[in-house]
This record gives sequence, C-alpha cells and structure tokens, in this order.
Amino acid sequence: MMTESRRLQGSHSVSVVTAYVMVGLGSLIMLAPFYFMFVFATHTKSEIFTLPPPLWPGTAFFENLKILTEKIHFWNSLGWSLYIALASTALTLIFCSMGGYAFAMFEFKFKKPLFLLVMGTMLIPSFLGMIPTFMIMDVLGWIDQPHALFIPGAASAFGIFLMRQFVLTSIPRELIEAARMDGCSELGIYARIVLPLLQPALGTLGLITFIASWNNFIGPLVVMRSPEMYTLPLALRSMQSPVDTEWGALMAGSAIATVPLLILFAFSSKRLIEGLTSGAVK
Amino acid sequence: MHGVNSMTPISPKLQRRPRWRLHPKLVPYVLLAPFVLLFFIFGLFPLLFSLFLAFQSWEPTSGLANMSYVGLDNFIFTLEDEWFWKSIKNTFWLAAVSGIPQHLIAIPLACVIHAQFKRTRNATVGAYFLPYITSTVAIAMMFSTLFSTDYGLINQVIAGAAQLPLIGSFFPQQPIDWLGESEFIKPAISFVVFWRYVGFNTVLYLAALQTIPKDMYEAATMDGASRWNQFWYITLPSLKPMIYFGVTLTLIGGLQLFEEPFILTGGRGGSDQSGMTTAMYMYRTAFDFNDFGTASALSWILFVFVAVLTWLTNLAFKPKRGET
Repeated sequence: MMTESRRLQGSHSVSVVTAYVMVGLGSLIMLAPFYFMFVFATHTKSEIFTLPPPLWPGTAFFENLKILTEKIHFWNSLGWSLYIALASTALTLIFCSMGGYAFAMFEFKFKKPLFLLVMGTMLIPSFLGMIPTFMIMDVLGWIDQPHALFIPGAASAFGIFLMRQFVLTSIPRELIEAARMDGCSELGIYARIVLPLLQPALGTLGLITFIASWNNFIGPLVVMRSPEMYTLPLALRSMQSPVDTEWGALMAGSAIATVPLLILFAFSSKRLIEGLTSGAVK
Repeated sequence: MHGVNSMTPISPKLQRRPRWRLHPKLVPYVLLAPFVLLFFIFGLFPLLFSLFLAFQSWEPTSGLANMSYVGLDNFIFTLEDEWFWKSIKNTFWLAAVSGIPQHLIAIPLACVIHAQFKRTRNATVGAYFLPYITSTVAIAMMFSTLFSTDYGLINQVIAGAAQLPLIGSFFPQQPIDWLGESEFIKPAISFVVFWRYVGFNTVLYLAALQTIPKDMYEAATMDGASRWNQFWYITLPSLKPMIYFGVTLTLIGGLQLFEEPFILTGGRGGSDQSGMTTAMYMYRTAFDFNDFGTASALSWILFVFVAVLTWLTNLAFKPKRGET
C-alpha cells in the first residue's frame, strides 16, 4: 500500500508523464494560432491558400506591408493606436492614483456611498452605456476625436480599486502624518511620498490600461467614423471583405498589432497576470 | 515646494504656511475631483440616460429635440421581435458551450500545473494566458484564415484525421464551411472564446490552489486516500468559492459576447443570423437600423437576463440552510 502510493507520487509514473504531455500539447494549441499569424504574415495571399498551407516563414512580409499601406491608412492607424494608448495610460495613472489615495487615506462626506457607486459600475455590463456614450460624444463634437477614447477611459473603477488597495496595504498612515507635521504641502505629500511608493501598482495599472486601450475595439467602433481616424484594430477589421480579403496583408497587420503585446508580456507576464486577476485574489 | 529637507523640522521656511495652501478638509475633494467629474459624465450619466432613452422614440438623424415618449413600446416591440429571441438563444448557446469547457479544463489543468510544474511553470501558465491579453481583432482574423473552408488549417487537420484507419470514419469526409454554414458558426465562435479565456480561469484556480494547506493532503495520503478521492474531497470543496467567482465572471462575460462573433461573422451575424448575439443585435439596432430607443430597451432586457442569471448562480453556490 505504502509503496504503491509512493510509486504513484514518483515523477516517472505513467500518469505524471501523461499529464505533462497533455499540458504540453495544450500549450502548443494555445500558441499555434500566434505562430501561424506570423508565418502567414510573410506569405502572399495565394501562398496562404495552397494545399498544404505554408508551415514556415516566407519572404513576402514587405509586399504585404505595401498592400497594407495601400488598402488602409496603416501608419495613421498605428500612430493613433499608440497615441491613444499612451494618453489613456497617463491620464488613468494620474486620476486613479489621486482618487485611490483619497479613498484610502481621507475621511470625507459621502465617501462610502461614492465608493460603492464606483465599485458597483464595475459589475454593470458596459454595453448599457454604449448608445448614450455615442450621443454624448456627438453632442460634444468628439466624434472622430482621439480624446473621445482616452478621456472617458481615465475614470477607471478598476484603477481606483487597485490604487486604493495598494495605498491601504503598503503606505503607512504615520508616514503621511509625519510629512504633514513637518509642513509638507498636500500636493507635496502626493507627489513626493505617495506616488513614489505607489510605483509597483502604477506599473501594473499602466500595463493593463495600455493593453486595454491598444486592443480596444468597441470604443473606436462607436466613435471613430472616418477611415483616416481608425485605430489599428478598426483599420484591420475594415480590410475584411466577403469577396477578396488580402489575407497576407491582414495577417501582417495583425502580427504588427500583436508584437508590442508579446514584448510587454515577455517582460512582465508575472505582474500582468497578478494584476489582471487581482480582483479575484483580494 | 520644500524638496528633500522637508523632513527637517527646524527649517524656518517650513514654519511659514503658504497662503494658497488648501484647507485640510478640502484635500480629498480636490484629489477626487478629476476622477469623479469624468466618472459622472462618462460612467454614471450614460447608464441613467440609457434608461431614459429606452422609453423614447428617437432616430439620431432627427436631432435631439425630436425625441418622444412612447412608454413601454420599445420593450414590447423587443419582446415580440423574433430576431431578439433568436439572438438570446444564440447568446445562451455560445455562453454555455464556450463557458462550461473553460472551467472543466481549467480546474484539472490548474491542479496539474500546481502539483507537477516547477521550472517550466511560468512559461506554461504564460502560454495559456497569452490569448487573453491579445487583440480580439487580430485573434478573430487569424481564426478566420484557420477556419477557411478549402485551405484552412483546421479543415486540413480534420481531412488528415479522416484518412486514418479505424477512427477515420468518425470525422467528416467533406470540408466544413465553418463560418459560412449556420450550424457551424456557433461551434467555431465558441472555440475561439474558449481558447481566449481558458488561461485566465486557470490562473484564477492556480491562485486558489496555493491557499490550500499542504498538510491536508499529507494527512489524506497517510490515511490511504487515493489521488482521485483527495481531488474530490479536498481540492474541489476548497476551490468552491473560486469556482463561484470564475463561473460568475464567465457568465457575465459570455452573455455580453460581442467582439468575437462580430468580427468572425463580418459584423452581420452570419448566415441565418446564427452567429448574432444579443449585444451585437443591440449594436445593429442602434447603428445599422438607427433605432436608439429600441436598442436601449434591448440592452436593459439583456441586463435583466444577466442579473437574474448571476443571482441564480449565487443561489446555486450558497451553502444550503443547515449544511454548515
């Protein structure tokens, strides 16, 4: 009995090897679409549609890039995506760190109901606000304006949650009070004490915000109406056609949209995974 | 500003309070002002306005002044609309078929990674998590080529499998028109959604597994409990709160499915509308058919579905009276 269970726990038992093989095969299935995205990005449309399809990188990447720049406003779209993602990240970090710090360290009127209200909107499906958001943008004259995407995004309930949580757990109240006693101004406390100590949380929120904005599809779909204002996902979508989609070029564009995410993920996968699932763990 | 020496109380400069200094009571309001302003305008107001709009008849081309109150007409119209019910059926089908396997795979996957993977743990978790952070558009475009009827890799693999002796006859002998034929659109979309979110759930379960004390398993092993019994009587009950949380997230996400079906069906719902979800139908009602009132009513009806199902999930997971 004892030897039996010990044998099962040994790292060479059949079940363990099977488990390894299954998990390994599974991760290949997860990664395969990315591999083929990059392979197809380097092949022409007619090369992709042959039997069997290409399995190794080809030489048509620049040809595909040329088609991409002819069919869509590719460089514009790339620029808008980058600009909106950076602006969105900067605004979210500033506003949410201020708000989160206020919720964590100060007492004020309506603090509890306001916090509950903010957290409550996290639970409400985003599609409910889609139509009125379009109407607000229309009334404000923000249709086709990049700030229609990054200004509303800065009021992130998740950002407030993350920042408040981090201030509560890692900034000692005494430190703030000591600084205040020493005559440091409130702005000084925020800028010279709170912000530097918040750095890890700012990094996480920054990554999440950047990625969310970079991938955002519904937002631009609703407010960006002219092709030269399209962000990258929207521009790629516009290449889709029932009759003659340029698949090689489309894959090249998709690959270019994916590379920044792969780089960010390679350097910060642990932090990203922890941040994106932090709502569950805490 | 005081710089580094702000910590030394003797500095005479610090004794003098600048006149513009904020009253301490006002500080939190100033800190919160930018966030709260944006939150009210772009977070809260749209929700309230959408409820108002659901009782109005309005077309965006006719100007804001031409809105008229129509009572429950928009709700009645939606509830009598055949396409709405079709979209609800599609949405439930997709949420179930893409959602349930996510958890059936993620739980054992997390257990295996937790128990066996040491050196390659982060890389493995990363591979499963990666689809979650990539652009839906890029992913959907990629899958569109993989699902292509005549040359797509997925049909190639199936055609290869169909050539195999014995098991070959279980596979279809003709290439499948995944995104063209109504009966295959939903399975194709479900697979993409499953592929995208299974890693996210795995990470949730991995986090929960780390909180189960090791000595519980040691004690069970001493008592001669088999691995299966350990999983059934220790692991699964300990994971219950996380299963509740994960299932709720999957449910809420699944019922508002929009991007994957929208892109995979070219924005129109596919043949026979069989890939059209309710969120997509709402978008089309507003932006393709220009009926903002009905679209708002539709979104609130969908919200009621989401809320009721979330509440039912909560009931299902709550310990029954007398159980604890």
